[in-house]
Amino acid sequence: MTIREGMERKLAGALAPQSLEIIDQSHRHAGHAGANPQGESHFHVQIVSQAFAGKSRVERQRMVHAVLADELSGRVHALTLATLTPEEAAALRPA
Amino acid sequence: MTGTTVNDRITQEITENPVVLYMKGTPMFPQCGFSAAVVQVLSDLGVKFKGIDVTVDPSLREGIKQFTNWPTIPQLYVKGEFVGGCDIVREMAASGELQTMLRDKGVLAA
Repeated sequence: MTIREGMERKLAGALAPQSLEIIDQSHRHAGHAGANPQGESHFHVQIVSQAFAGKSRVERQRMVHAVLADELSGRVHALTLATLTPEEAAALRPA
Repeated sequence: MTGTTVNDRITQEITENPVVLYMKGTPMFPQCGFSAAVVQVLSDLGVKFKGIDVTVDPSLREGIKQFTNWPTIPQLYVKGEFVGGCDIVREMAASGELQTMLRDKGVLAA
């Protein structure tokens, strides 16, 4: 199982997302400090989940960090997050 | 500074300085794209801030993650309160929330 698949499984289990997109951006950071030659070091995750309702931005990201604690203390060097509720995601979509 | 713990130093920095950015590199020479992005946001708004380079001190680099309970750098503090990392600062700047918050806290001219 790749790192990406592992993160996908954990997030899907913990946050019951309406949508979940994990993008490996490691190639954009090849050769940087923290980049792993094998890739899978830099990710962008976009999660839409009802679990974020009523939570601040910091609280939402901390929820994700907690689920991915193992990855963040190991292979994953950088993680950018977009954490939205279904209502917020719907508002972003073009009418 | 002998005997001062990392937590004490962080508490002191974020208390004494209205806006503090824990980052990789310096505001003039950021060493990471995410740190550079936050420097850019603050500079565009004309916010004075103190940049603290965590790469020169391994104990601070780990200590700030523990202190904030946040696994990544950069980390922005305003008036002693943690605001967020790069994603949050950019989202808040795009929506205008960051400007409002900075004005409310008196660190940006109204």
